[in-house]
Amino acid sequence: MEEVSTGSDSDYSSSWISWFLSSKGNEYFCEVDEDFILDRFNLTGLNNEVANYAQALDLITDNLDDDIQDELRGSLDVQARLLYGLIHARWIVTQRGLQKMLDKYKRADFGRCPRVLCTSQPLLPLGLTDLPYEKSVKLFCARCEDIYSPKSTRHGSIDGAYFGTTFAHLMGIVWGSLGCVPKGGGGDVMGNVVRVVEMARVGRERERERERVGAERERERVGAAEQAGGADEYRPKIYGFQLHETARLQRWQEAMRDRQIGRLEKFEVGSRG
Amino acid sequence: MMEEQDVQEGSYTSSTPTSTLTWISWFCSLPGHEYFCEVTEDFIEDDFNLTGLNSLVPFWKEAMEMVLDMDPDEDASKIPDVSLVESSAEMLYGLVHQRYILTRAGLQAMVEKYESGIFGCCPRVYCVGCNVVPCGRSDMPGLDTVKLFCPNCNDIYIPPSSRFQGVDGAFFGTTFPHLFFQSYRELAPAPFWKPPTTSSPSGRSPRSNESSSSLESQFVNPNPYGGQKRAAGYVYVPRIYGFRVSERAKSGPRMAWLRMRPESPSELDQVDWRGKWIGDAYSDDEDDDSAGDEKMERFDFDTDGEEDEEEEEEEEEDDRGVPMQG
Repeated sequence: MEEVSTGSDSDYSSSWISWFLSSKGNEYFCEVDEDFILDRFNLTGLNNEVANYAQALDLITDNLDDDIQDELRGSLDVQARLLYGLIHARWIVTQRGLQKMLDKYKRADFGRCPRVLCTSQPLLPLGLTDLPYEKSVKLFCARCEDIYSPKSTRHGSIDGAYFGTTFAHLMGIVWGSLGCVPKGGGGDVMGNVVRVVEMARVGRERERERERVGAERERERVGAAEQAGGADEYRPKIYGFQLHETARLQRWQEAMRDRQIGRLEKFEVGSRG
Repeated sequence: MMEEQDVQEGSYTSSTPTSTLTWISWFCSLPGHEYFCEVTEDFIEDDFNLTGLNSLVPFWKEAMEMVLDMDPDEDASKIPDVSLVESSAEMLYGLVHQRYILTRAGLQAMVEKYESGIFGCCPRVYCVGCNVVPCGRSDMPGLDTVKLFCPNCNDIYIPPSSRFQGVDGAFFGTTFPHLFFQSYRELAPAPFWKPPTTSSPSGRSPRSNESSSSLESQFVNPNPYGGQKRAAGYVYVPRIYGFRVSERAKSGPRMAWLRMRPESPSELDQVDWRGKWIGDAYSDDEDDDSAGDEKMERFDFDTDGEEDEEEEEEEEEDDRGVPMQG
């Protein structure tokens, strides 16, 4: 056991990939298996994206000839990063890649949601496009289902294409039961039902409360729910009173939510019946 | 006599701040205190503004002396530790600050900070850098740290830097951000948003920002008491291999409503005070759905487009997805 770990250790220090992963600012990346890189099928089309493709690939896989010119070596590093990033985008949507990213997600390597009511939900990296050089990486929160910019500028400059548009949502589908989807009991077969029922329950409760005891009590109740962390919404108030226009917008938003609940419930009933 | 001296000193330092620093200026310049504005000394000296605070702040008198840079009394020796007074002074200043920033002068001081971007901008991508204001979740001290309110998404965020973790949210209070945007309506985004019409953004860019500013001035919220700024209204749509994730998927979108805006202000009126759709807008929708239930699902491109491969496997809806893709 000891020998194996030291063996991999020395490997670790020497390989380009581990050097890349350990350098500052690259914390979002996970390690791509060498087998994956060496399978040319996985790299289909990348030779058009990356200049000096062959040498860049050699550099990543530590097979680069030592007698390469110095000026090429400098630009090669940039190309190798691009190539690794594009391979990375493909790797993290494979089963093993998802597993590795899940481990990073569980360690909150990608940071936590800045939204207060998301209570430090870990984030997932995501691109707004799959083409390189377009948009920088963003962070997806599975709780509010929204995207945020990374806090640190060194993460803000990473190309979003190295993570791609698909990964974060595939993660939600594949690992839904493992905490990626915090609401409504996760992703077992009945996950959808549970989530819908949960949504509906919250909506109904609010509705019933409103009807029965009027706005006064409702205000208190929502306040209590907010304190309990059960509320999904922040309610702006001046001296305890809601703002007319914001309250109108929030009622409209909730009505849109209730409409969605209605649709989903009908779908559940239809698919079961 | 002492007060007179103090006022003189205060006015002197405010005109030439380099010479001597008042406690208030020093406090506001500390790292992590960037969100505070300087409360004027006459506001603090008016006892009416301090009503009720003396029960919240220990060592009241000493803290007042410290905040106002008055010479301490002879019997200062009875205080066990100067750091206790310092924390009292901070509490006193913070609670006065909470009240001050709701006054006209305070709002004015804060809007200057806001416009220079001192409070930072919203971390949400589709708020496109909308400036935020500090905000508390409670008006009582000691409960929660300062948060940031974004007027575009009407949501609150944790400040990006850990140096604000030590700042009490009560020093800004729950009311301030909303009174702020009520007072400066031109800074508050409107609650409705229409996606820009198909004229391509690349075609618009060569034109000078003169045209965009005239676009800006065209924007009017019919509600004069609402936000008068054009909102940033895009909502993120999750996609897998280019296909929208269906809301029917178990991990499908459930929270888009939180960021949605109606296209026109009149749509807001379709919901009554209980949050119900007025005029059966909802049941109309339901009828549409149920009437075209089977047909809609087979022919509605959107619905089918949303079905992605994983989902089809899980929900066994391949009979619907396949003909569309073929």
